[in-house]
Amino acid sequence: MNILSRFGILLFLLGFGLWLYTLTLNEFTLTESVVKTIIKPEHQATLGTKLTPMLNQTYARGWAFTADFDRILNNLNAEYRTAQQWDKVIYDEYSFAISKAAAVGPLKTQPWRWLFLTLGLAALGALIFFLPDLQRLSGISNNGVFQNPATNRGWIGWLVGTFLIGFYIFLYYYPQYLVNWTMLVDPVSKALNGGEASRWFLYGFLYTICVVVMGLRMLLKYRHSRYQQVRTLSVMFFQTAFAFLIPEVLVSLNMPYFDFKNIWPLDYDFFFDYNLNGLIQSGHLGIFMLVWGIVLFVLGVPVMTYFFGKRWYCSWVCGCGGLAETLGDPYRQLSNKSIASWKIERYLIHGVLVFAVVMTAMVLYSYFTGSSQVLFLDSYSVRSAYGFWIGGIFAGVVGTGFYPLMGNRVWCRFGCPLAAYLGYWQRAKSRFRITTNGGQCISCGNCSTYCEMGIDVRAYAQRGQDIVRSSCVGCGICSAVCPRGVLNLENLAEGSRVTVAPEVLRGNEI
Amino acid sequence: MHIVIIGNGIAGITAARHIRKLSDHRITVISKETDHFFSRTALMYVYMGHLRYEHTKPYEDWFWDKNRIELIRGTVEKIDFDQKTLHLSADSRVVKHQPTLLEKLTKTVFPTIQTPQTLPTELKYDKLIIATGSVPRWADEYPRELAGVQGLYSFQDLELLEKNTQNVQKAVIVGGGLIGVEMAEMLHSRGIHVTMLVREASYWNNVLPHEESALIGQHIRRHGIDLRLSTELRTVKGRARVEAIQTKEGEEIACQLVGVTIGVMPNVQFLQNSPLRINRGVVVNEYLETNLPDVYAVGDCVEHQQPREGRKAIEQIWYTGRMMGETVARTICDTRTAYQPGVFFNSAKFFDIEYQTYGDVPAQCPPDVASVYWQHPTKEVALRINYQKENQAVTGFNAFGLRLRHEVCERWLKQHQTIEYVRQHLPEANFDPEFFERYEAQITATL
Ligand SMILES: Cc1cc2nc3c(=O)[nH]c(=O)nc-3n(C[C@H](O)[C@H](O)[C@H](O)COP(=O)(O)OP(=O)(O)OC[C@H]3O[C@@H](n4cnc5c(N)ncnc54)[C@H](O)[C@@H]3O)c2cc1C
Ligand code: SF4
Ligand code: SF4
Repeated sequence: MNILSRFGILLFLLGFGLWLYTLTLNEFTLTESVVKTIIKPEHQATLGTKLTPMLNQTYARGWAFTADFDRILNNLNAEYRTAQQWDKVIYDEYSFAISKAAAVGPLKTQPWRWLFLTLGLAALGALIFFLPDLQRLSGISNNGVFQNPATNRGWIGWLVGTFLIGFYIFLYYYPQYLVNWTMLVDPVSKALNGGEASRWFLYGFLYTICVVVMGLRMLLKYRHSRYQQVRTLSVMFFQTAFAFLIPEVLVSLNMPYFDFKNIWPLDYDFFFDYNLNGLIQSGHLGIFMLVWGIVLFVLGVPVMTYFFGKRWYCSWVCGCGGLAETLGDPYRQLSNKSIASWKIERYLIHGVLVFAVVMTAMVLYSYFTGSSQVLFLDSYSVRSAYGFWIGGIFAGVVGTGFYPLMGNRVWCRFGCPLAAYLGYWQRAKSRFRITTNGGQCISCGNCSTYCEMGIDVRAYAQRGQDIVRSSCVGCGICSAVCPRGVLNLENLAEGSRVTVAPEVLRGNEI
Repeated sequence: MHIVIIGNGIAGITAARHIRKLSDHRITVISKETDHFFSRTALMYVYMGHLRYEHTKPYEDWFWDKNRIELIRGTVEKIDFDQKTLHLSADSRVVKHQPTLLEKLTKTVFPTIQTPQTLPTELKYDKLIIATGSVPRWADEYPRELAGVQGLYSFQDLELLEKNTQNVQKAVIVGGGLIGVEMAEMLHSRGIHVTMLVREASYWNNVLPHEESALIGQHIRRHGIDLRLSTELRTVKGRARVEAIQTKEGEEIACQLVGVTIGVMPNVQFLQNSPLRINRGVVVNEYLETNLPDVYAVGDCVEHQQPREGRKAIEQIWYTGRMMGETVARTICDTRTAYQPGVFFNSAKFFDIEYQTYGDVPAQCPPDVASVYWQHPTKEVALRINYQKENQAVTGFNAFGLRLRHEVCERWLKQHQTIEYVRQHLPEANFDPEFFERYEAQITATL
């Protein structure tokens, strides 16, 4: 490793270490005014009084404070439950808000400084780490991928995976322990939407940083390939503008939070009552958003996929795809290529699609009839089951947490219902295919190995068959890594796709 | 009928697969190298860490059970052609596949073939296909026994290279063919300084015309390889292991590894002194039949008695092995079929420069052929088109850093399209990815 890279990685580790360290910063004191402002009036007499023992006590650690608060709230709820006073049980998510309000200290007074010292240094360090790549002559650079513990499922991979899984679990289910991190980005949030940062703001911020920093790495790594560069710029743009900035600005203008490029059923709460009501109550713009979302799904997907293949979305626009193609790029070779995993993939992804459709149908039924009971099921519990198992565990914890272990498209490949829908069109009616170049394939296996979707590209290439697979996201990496120029992503007349392998390959004149 | 194939390389395996497609015959494939078919062309990527060995296997391990192709790992030591019997080495064994958990879970499991528990050291065949590939060519100057001196052909060579390059700083590669440049790239990727000794005055100029040869030579040097042209090796020095080499000019170059890549030759040693007709390789007619009944040969080990026009008697290329496999399967199962490899094509990669060739582009242009060459002023991109002076029909393409469409080039060559036609239709032959810079305008302006 050259000296600049070493310096970069040190800087990154310093920033990352300080970031973890910020979780220990701040002091937490519950004052009466905090209780007054955060706890709703109807809970002041009950929860409010129960909190008295905590009042004006100073906690040196956020997690001790939060744990105490959670215990008091849970004990209170337990009392109600034993007394069968169901209407009194408190479901409000006070923990995050109260922890944040009770915090005093450096993160609150000097958030910019700490933001720079943590995420700032980490991002800078990462960029410096990538920079020496420029000294190399341009071309494919996969040297040592399977000899490096970071990218061959070695100890660094396991460490990173464990961190990511932990991060997602806390983000989704225990955000109250991450209040310090949200404080780092409070000033950014205030500048964009006027309010303090929620955990979702923190997530969006981190997500965008990752896409941008690792996107720059992609641009360097593939500086010999214009396709890769244009595509990477596209996902960087859509993440920064459409997924991050525009929705926040909309909120600051008192309009509904809306990501114009997110499509149902990936955007599974699009048809939830609060979203529909929110849009309908937001005047013309809201109605436009509602119609836009439906048109994207009904017309946008089939039409765009017909002309360009599923890639127009999955590896050019989508946020999940954007993260996979940037942060996840070092892990693409870890996806399983076996027929067995393909079988599992088909069951899972179509299963999730059916689940999403049924769940949405039930939610809409409830919306229009006002009855939450659909047949023998409660549409609200189905909806929250989907949110927990698919939206949280599958898409987040497994989908991203397992990047360093199962490749960068775990969610896109096995879970995403929108990918299933796009994939259906890609196979059924599309001009897109990956053409194989006659008899030039030498069966080396680079294409299959680096296909993030676990497609055994070689199996097609070595028998002269075009790759027409519903799962192909058109990332173009197979074409880039092929040392013999065998593969090319093309949009041509629909009927010209070679979907049946020729008897013998080109060149043999028997 | 029992068909036995010696060699599980591309030639032998393609024959086995096509025989299975066409028939129900019993098929046995024997190899001493690895349990399963792997892609020899990918050996370099395993060393460089792009791939693992398992990624080089084009078929999953259950594939052989599913297609009822019996696999034996072992060496054929002797063939008794009269008795139609093979003599296997004592360590030979049947290759069996244990389904993985994932395979069991998804029912990707096939009945294993009923083979005897202990393998007899003699195996009878009804028809025999010899597909034993090549061995590295060697010369007396290279002491085989000295540690650190090696060729690169087999999986075992790769393992040896891994062992031989622990803590190595400098290496010398002798010979500048395709395997030589691959080996240079491999060693270079591990930070080993490489000196390449090439006998010719310009890199690979017995195959490449002057300009291309210069382009590639320059590129190799840009990567930091010390390319020595017109240089030959005299001796290798060292006691326990190689310490230096001396060139014919008397220069001594210190090194801890010597890679011998002066070409390959048919692996037919063990067949000498038998009724089988052998010259440089196993001699076959156009039906891939040898001089003995029911014995065929395919792949690298073959020497064609009467090569087709534009083809050599011995062609050690991946796809020709595959084509011979396809052809011999027909001859054995179906109809006697001649081997007709069509218009020549090939490809390679020199570090970062991809190379494709179609038709005939000899190093020295014959007098009745004209040649036009375009090279980008700054980038390493080039295209050569040869055509017949008399009727203007194109005869061959050389492309560097530029991908061409096999189908289109082949069609133009077969139809004898004129150079003018090709110039006008050049975009049809482009196979570069979307958004890549297009050079047709520049090319047609110069050609
Ligand atoms: C490093 C390298 C890179 C290459 N790159 C390219 C390339 O890019 N493009 C290209 O077109 N070609 C390339 N080639 C050449 C190509 O790999 C060969 O032409 C091809 O593999 C030959 O296939 P085959 O089936 O004839 O023989 P092989 O692949 O050599 O298979 C023969 C098998 O038979 C076995 N065998 C031999 N004798 C016995 C015996 N007595 N008993 C049992 N088993 C035996 C051997 O162990 C071997 O496994 C490359 C070769 C090498 C070494
Ligand atoms: S087949 Fe190629 S383009 Fe499609 S997902 Fe795999 S690597 Fe990407
Ligand atoms: S990378 Fe290219 S040559 Fe290698 S197996 Fe894939 S298509 Fe064939």
